[in-house]
Amino acid sequence: MTATTSLRSEALITLRHGAGGRAMRQLIGETLAAGYLETKVDGIGLAAMDDGAALRIGDRWLVVTTDSHVVHPVFFPGGDIGRLAVAGTVNDLAMMGATAPLGLTCAVIIEEGFRRSDLERIQRSMQETCREAGVTILTGDTKVMGRGELDGIVINTTGFALTDRIVPDAGLRAGDRLLLTGSIGDHGMALMVKRHGLAIEAELRSDVAPINGLIQAALAAVPGAVTAMKDPTRGGVASALHEMAEKSGVGIVLHEPRVSVSPVVRAAAEMLGLDPFQIANEGKALLGVRPDAADAVLAAVRAHPHGAAAEIVGECIADHVGRVILDTGLGRRLLVEAEGEPLPRIC
Amino acid sequence: MPEVLAPEGAKELRFRDPAQAKALSAALGRVVGEVGRSPVSVMHVCGSHEQSIAKFGLRAILPRDLNVIMGPGCPVCVTDVPEVDEAVVLAQDGVRIATYGDMLRVPGSVKSLADAQTEGAKVDVVYSAAQAADLARDTTEEIVFFASGFETTAVATAAVVLADPPPNFSVLSAHKYIPPVMEIVAEMPGTKVEGFLAAGHAATITGSAIFERFVERHRIPVVVAGFEPLDILGGLVKLVELVRDRSPRVENMYPRCVTAEGNRNAQAQLWQVFRTVGGQWRGIAHVPNGNLRLRDEFAHVDARRRHRIDVRRLWTRSPSTLTQVCICGNIMAGIASPAECPLFGKECVPETPVGACMVSSEGTCKIWHQYGGHPDL
Repeated sequence: MTATTSLRSEALITLRHGAGGRAMRQLIGETLAAGYLETKVDGIGLAAMDDGAALRIGDRWLVVTTDSHVVHPVFFPGGDIGRLAVAGTVNDLAMMGATAPLGLTCAVIIEEGFRRSDLERIQRSMQETCREAGVTILTGDTKVMGRGELDGIVINTTGFALTDRIVPDAGLRAGDRLLLTGSIGDHGMALMVKRHGLAIEAELRSDVAPINGLIQAALAAVPGAVTAMKDPTRGGVASALHEMAEKSGVGIVLHEPRVSVSPVVRAAAEMLGLDPFQIANEGKALLGVRPDAADAVLAAVRAHPHGAAAEIVGECIADHVGRVILDTGLGRRLLVEAEGEPLPRIC
Repeated sequence: MPEVLAPEGAKELRFRDPAQAKALSAALGRVVGEVGRSPVSVMHVCGSHEQSIAKFGLRAILPRDLNVIMGPGCPVCVTDVPEVDEAVVLAQDGVRIATYGDMLRVPGSVKSLADAQTEGAKVDVVYSAAQAADLARDTTEEIVFFASGFETTAVATAAVVLADPPPNFSVLSAHKYIPPVMEIVAEMPGTKVEGFLAAGHAATITGSAIFERFVERHRIPVVVAGFEPLDILGGLVKLVELVRDRSPRVENMYPRCVTAEGNRNAQAQLWQVFRTVGGQWRGIAHVPNGNLRLRDEFAHVDARRRHRIDVRRLWTRSPSTLTQVCICGNIMAGIASPAECPLFGKECVPETPVGACMVSSEGTCKIWHQYGGHPDL
């Protein structure tokens, strides 16, 4: 027995610790964030566990966020790790209300033997996505590690931006409407199908895209009307809504028939026994909107190319705090978070 | 490889139409009232039925006087501890295990396949038996397909075994056969079950006529039903009508997929490869003829005969005492509901399951945890 196998599995980090759910939040709270949680920050710090941090600079806010990107496969239908690395960080900034990024940093760790042509393809994709988002990369770092020491390539991007008003993920109030900017499940399902080599007749494409422009349109529609924002990435809409409901101290009612799921994603999810609400998105956002401004914000979002399929999908209630109730159109049930990576079920 | 076709919107709506669901729910309320006693208890024996009931929130619109009990319908949950141990030992010996995703977290005597994987064992998640065989074709490593499921998935395993799989491929069968366990439930002392909702997909293979003898013997009606919301509600209306009329017979409410005789070719393949043996179903009982094992002609594809599997090596520490508190058995037998278990939602959650019912997405506890056993939302 090696040293590793003699360790009890409870003492080891598992994939579920990285899946964006409760296990991950608990691990971070107990280990990586411990010791910083009490630190007083003039703004939003680690304790808020939001999409990023915000520091007061005069009468404005400096928003900072960082994200490391690993994805298998590196190139997937609808995108690649480069597009993901730029869009992911730009979107995290946007979710705090900072839609005009000042710049990004980019650190790349590459495995020995990685194809130069693939790296160039990733670089072109990053550049194109930067142009789309109106951002540039200001500084970076490159490391190469030995074969087998990591899987292909890891890209970290850090983004920073100034904004006049922070939109936290904890700002929902009872009565607020929930706006979803488009269809769900596309990114995660496209990856899963590619990763597991499933033959799907119709095309499944990731929705990965920078949506800071879309968010800017939503925020500008009715100033102050957007009360909270979150992008439903890992853990999907289910995790995002739970986090928003818990932090805001409200309950949420979600109307399933109003949530757009493409027929292919729905079919693939049903075949694999997965719930589209738990599948990752990379170009969508959930917005809490004051009820009197909901229609105006919806119209502004729909006018943007990334928001054509936007819909008001739910509302916040004062009871059932921290819970997400799904109205299926037939009956009602609780929506819950995924535990660990979604695993396909048997039949 | 499985293929997915995008469903046409109109077709999907036919079986998920809210107005029709409301009408069926009202009809169900009427028929339950006509039985004249409360509650009327029926059982389904299929995790997919519970999955559908939960997913669409149907418990919120079922009549209060109708008790729809979840039976032993989750093949993953009834996979017994020694079967998991066999897979874990093989994995620890360096054999690559291919299995369905929800088998990974099923607790064995001391660990699950997911634990073994974290500790370095090779475990691959597959979607089908065919995919496991493909995996073996791409490598020289020994691949063992840890196969679970009822007759529906057993047929798929049989087809692969018959299609000349590569020499490094074998099957560790934890397949189960559902008809015998219905007998066990019907004969259980104190059983309250007045009717069975039988699983539509299993019946596409076995045919609905297979339940005739059961009905004759136990005088309990059986209705075969599909998995869309309207299938389930329609099936329940028919089942309670049969209870009301004291008219035990088999009704096929899933005729678009199920025939009386079933899929003869699939049955032939199933019984060419497998035979039934008695065996323990986790938490339920010893079920005579409840397990499917490979026949002698297929010894070369049978992991139990191809590898020496000694599960005693695993027993280096005693199993958690929590497992003695777990009431999975009673839940799967339909005697108790998850809410009655002291561990439910506390020590036992999907991330760290104590009992197998909390592992599979077909497991009653997992489904209740997932979708909430709360009809009052």
